[in-house]
Amino acid sequence: MTRTVQRRRVVITGMGTINPCGLTVPETWNNLLAGKSGISTIDRFDVTDFACKIAGQVKGFDPDPFIDKKEQKKMDIFIHYALGAAHEAWADAGFDQVQLTKAERELFGVYIGSGIGGLSTIWDEANGYRGPRRTSPFFIPSLIVNMASGQASIKYGLQGPNSAVATACATGAHAIGDAARLIAFGYADRMMAGGSDSVINQLGVGGFASMRALSTRNDEPERASRPFDVDRDGFVMGEGAGIVILEEYELAKARGAKIYAEVAGYGMSGDANHITTPAPEGEGGQRVMRAAIKDADIAAEEVGYVNMHGTSTPVGDKLECMAIQKVFGDHAKKIKVSSTKSMHGHLLGAAGGLETIVAVKAVQTGLIPPTINVDHQDPECDLDVTANVAGKLDSEYVMNNGFGFGGTNGCLILRKV
Amino acid sequence: MADVRKKVIAIIAEQLAKPEDSISESSHFVDDLGADSLDTVEIIMAIEEAFSLEIPESEQEKIRTVGDAIAYIEKHAKA
Repeated sequence: MTRTVQRRRVVITGMGTINPCGLTVPETWNNLLAGKSGISTIDRFDVTDFACKIAGQVKGFDPDPFIDKKEQKKMDIFIHYALGAAHEAWADAGFDQVQLTKAERELFGVYIGSGIGGLSTIWDEANGYRGPRRTSPFFIPSLIVNMASGQASIKYGLQGPNSAVATACATGAHAIGDAARLIAFGYADRMMAGGSDSVINQLGVGGFASMRALSTRNDEPERASRPFDVDRDGFVMGEGAGIVILEEYELAKARGAKIYAEVAGYGMSGDANHITTPAPEGEGGQRVMRAAIKDADIAAEEVGYVNMHGTSTPVGDKLECMAIQKVFGDHAKKIKVSSTKSMHGHLLGAAGGLETIVAVKAVQTGLIPPTINVDHQDPECDLDVTANVAGKLDSEYVMNNGFGFGGTNGCLILRKV
Repeated sequence: MADVRKKVIAIIAEQLAKPEDSISESSHFVDDLGADSLDTVEIIMAIEEAFSLEIPESEQEKIRTVGDAIAYIEKHAKA
């Protein structure tokens, strides 16, 4: 017997973020449109011996409104950020005003991923290690990758599918794409999904710096993240969370929810090439964009804007541009692209969460936040980069790319509703 | 003795983020103070540390109230 599954439409009805450019979506969006950088010299630890001394640090974050004081110390900072972003998304979707039924909560799940998890907690605990009898019982629950999903489910009573993905810098895109599919195929009606990461500590910065992945433009922090510019020299680490509320379209409509955009397509692919270097000609990126276009069942020409992964690494940006040229052919010249990592830095597992929100705002408002610091566009990044000042968009579909170490790729296509 | 009582209550107040005056010797960690099983482990750990004690697991299980903890410490702490 063959079972036919009807695919349902999935829309975004709430959004929340904590990041170096803002502690809410409106604050972030305004700063991004204005081209304001959130990058500065790291003040969390002594950076004297570090090759990279800069990052996008979240500033002015207070967990008290979101997390009970007693609970705060049982959670790594990445969970604090996740719950902060979840708090905004939850209220934005209007769920702070309604009492969900038991049946509704059983079909409301959580899918918040993290690229690395609680590295700061591991660092602190290992540094203060005083033997097995002194290892806190909260050590493990405070740092494991899925605990942002766990804590959010406990806080909001969400008893549907509960999971977390850890696919490095593709985490946020994968979490939202996977969660949307759970709704599309009927395993859930609503999902809270996105990513969260915070590893601006000695191990995180030292580790990425050793890979020569980070910019060392330490004397000009705000100009260090410069995707597509000839003088880019690596990414700048950011931190934070980006979380959305996904909802089955008819249910969202029936309850009169404000609908931001539809998750129209989702692709995944693997490079099968190298642990950190993208495949030649960005083949993994090509495959993932093609997969998303196919999934959305649209023509490539319908995509008007790509919020690129664009991390500001010499090789990564070049290969992603090449991948876009291969996938879109002649249309690549007309597609507008930008990378807001130039302002908020690279949020690792949270990047796809935050940048999905950026792409949604772009398709919703018709405005494109710029890539700042493009002084001399690299001829090898020969695309229509929205450089330095915000641009305009008139398109029904936008795309968001996320590529991670391990050769893992995610791509979302969002449709104006 | 009053010192032990004061110190124990301070530790528990800190671990459970409760005001000290809400905690008395008869307070049960779980029933009265809202601790879970992990909180209880951490309270015992903090007490071991503060009083330079090693409480065997079999004994830990018997410490359920603030008074239990004080009694144990008074019996076993090095002078």
